[in-house]
Amino acid sequence: MNIHEYQGKEVLKQYGVSVPNGRVAYTVEEAVEAAKELGTDVVVVKAQIHAGGRGKAGGVKVAKNLDEARTYAEEILGKTLITHQTGPEGKEVKRLLIEEGCDIKKEYYVGLVLDRDTSRVVLMASEEGGTEIEEVAEKTPEKIFKEVIDPVVGLSAFQARRIAFNINIPKELINKSVKFMLGLYTAFVEKDCSIAEINPLVITGDGNVMALDAKLNFDDNALFRHKDILEYRDLDEEDPKEIEASKYDLSYISLTGNIGCMVNGAGLAMSTMDIIKHYSGDPANFLDVGGGATAEKVTEAFKIILSDKNVKGIFVNIFGGIMKCDVIAEGVVEAAKQLGLDVPVVVRLEGTNVELGKQILKDSGLNLTPAESMADGAQKIVSLVG
Amino acid sequence: MGVFINKDTKVIVQGITGSTALFHTKQMLEYGTKIVGGVTPGKGGTEVEGVPVFNTVLEAVNATGATASVIYVPAPFAADAILEATDAELDLAICITEHIPVMDMVKVKRYMEGKKTRLIGPNCPGVITADECKIGIMPGYIHTKGHVGVVSRSGTLTYEAVHQLTQAGIGQTSAVGIGGDPVNGTNFIDVLKEFNEDPETYAVIMIGEIGGTAEEEAAKWVAANMTKPVVGFIGGRTAPPGKRMGHAGAIISGGKGTADEKIRVMNECGIKVAETPSVMGETLITVLKEKGIYEQCKTK
Repeated sequence: MNIHEYQGKEVLKQYGVSVPNGRVAYTVEEAVEAAKELGTDVVVVKAQIHAGGRGKAGGVKVAKNLDEARTYAEEILGKTLITHQTGPEGKEVKRLLIEEGCDIKKEYYVGLVLDRDTSRVVLMASEEGGTEIEEVAEKTPEKIFKEVIDPVVGLSAFQARRIAFNINIPKELINKSVKFMLGLYTAFVEKDCSIAEINPLVITGDGNVMALDAKLNFDDNALFRHKDILEYRDLDEEDPKEIEASKYDLSYISLTGNIGCMVNGAGLAMSTMDIIKHYSGDPANFLDVGGGATAEKVTEAFKIILSDKNVKGIFVNIFGGIMKCDVIAEGVVEAAKQLGLDVPVVVRLEGTNVELGKQILKDSGLNLTPAESMADGAQKIVSLVG
Repeated sequence: MGVFINKDTKVIVQGITGSTALFHTKQMLEYGTKIVGGVTPGKGGTEVEGVPVFNTVLEAVNATGATASVIYVPAPFAADAILEATDAELDLAICITEHIPVMDMVKVKRYMEGKKTRLIGPNCPGVITADECKIGIMPGYIHTKGHVGVVSRSGTLTYEAVHQLTQAGIGQTSAVGIGGDPVNGTNFIDVLKEFNEDPETYAVIMIGEIGGTAEEEAAKWVAANMTKPVVGFIGGRTAPPGKRMGHAGAIISGGKGTADEKIRVMNECGIKVAETPSVMGETLITVLKEKGIYEQCKTK
């Protein structure tokens, strides 16, 4: 789960990680009020959306007085920002972070992430703050330093110190940087983050070490033990179809094509998209109905697929292991009755109770196209959609 | 033969009284798996499906001599179940449970370092040695005994591959699901090593997906060590970057973990990669014929 920058900073504050003072604002008036309360000469008006690249897209402005703060708030609120992470449709700004300006001496990068090769959390840092870490990794990999963290003892002070020296933080600020990184690690572990990225971490003219930006992502599987983090969820930032799917435990991801897919199993669901593309079609979604799907879940899955107006046809691809084919077939028939399917549907069933499933589809009298294999099904749906 | 498990493997089921576990305990018993006990704290002394239930894993192991465990415990408690299996010094713990928090697995993996127990999974379909022993949730009937090993990060794609093989008259030794999570107990290389040493396995299908670099590492290992032909498939060629495709580990992040990169490295390492999931079996058969071992692999 993603959260906004201002929310990330709220979390970090709890762990003694210093961040600039700031207030969230939903309206221009609130923004001006926030700037007044902060009382600094300079405030920064920052668009809050779940995507990076806001600065370049005009979503971050420095205001030298209250009038400017108002002007920028008016300009940014309601604006659709298009960044390299939003996709071409962009994202509308509905919240602002009004933050005190600070006297930046130098910017760094500090991040925590799971390293799959070692199955450990890794602390990464670089002197190239403000630039995306992927870019640094590509152009100047020697400028990235890493510390692999043993979960038994956690991030050790010596590791944080070593990395602080390696990225050339001035020696009088080493201790503050160590405290910063230790706090960041504790937040990461205690809140079950999947990513904690501070880019940039800044050192200021008055000798502070601060998180000027904060990107925290959380492990969805651990949210059951973090009610406080769940409250940060912003449904405006999510695809409505994905929200609907999550209510029914369906794993759904919206794509841009016109062939709806309903599959069981993540690997098979991905491969179904691949094979559609292989036969020159274009998948509209990834959808894994899971192993324990019921006829009701299948019906809901159909509703979600069909709520995408681009969908011109549906490919149902099921390999019933635990999932029984007759259950899927009943779901398909039920959905077709309820929704009055007006797009072609190709159904490939294999596995447990396959004959029973095929019979149910046949007896339904519905206009469904059976397929003998994945390849056969993909070819059929592609030609039906035209 | 086959890998990790065989007809003599004695198995306990952790979380046996849950509905999923009960269903699969029945299925495993029907397949012929020697399920010798179950564990559910507080239900010790009872019996389900004719199997005695114990309060703790240690108790179950001492009473039954089990060497393997299969874990169906719900995600919030699954990490603890793996620790318990490890503490009881089982040879093998197979964790089916999906959605275990990653930080839990980081700790589990650290705890298991240097210990006797091998973990397979989590978030996997389990392991089957055809006609001998089935530990997990895969449909047993699609498997036939033979000479091809299957290792995969995805459950349904494993079934797809096994089904294609069986349909084409090619039997299998074992099929091993290593799971779709970013932190897992057993990786491709661990399984490939076992298949390489198993005299009954003549060739291997390795099924990967986007995310991480496990397939690349495995491909390099194959090029350097494997004496048997390996063919592959990678799911997720068309997956958009930054989106988790169902499995926690299936995500392209920072330009890393793409299918194209994996396929490129696998090809370089002499692993023929199936163009589509529909031709995994066909691709293997082509390679078996090239190597002159097709007839040996055909089911009699």
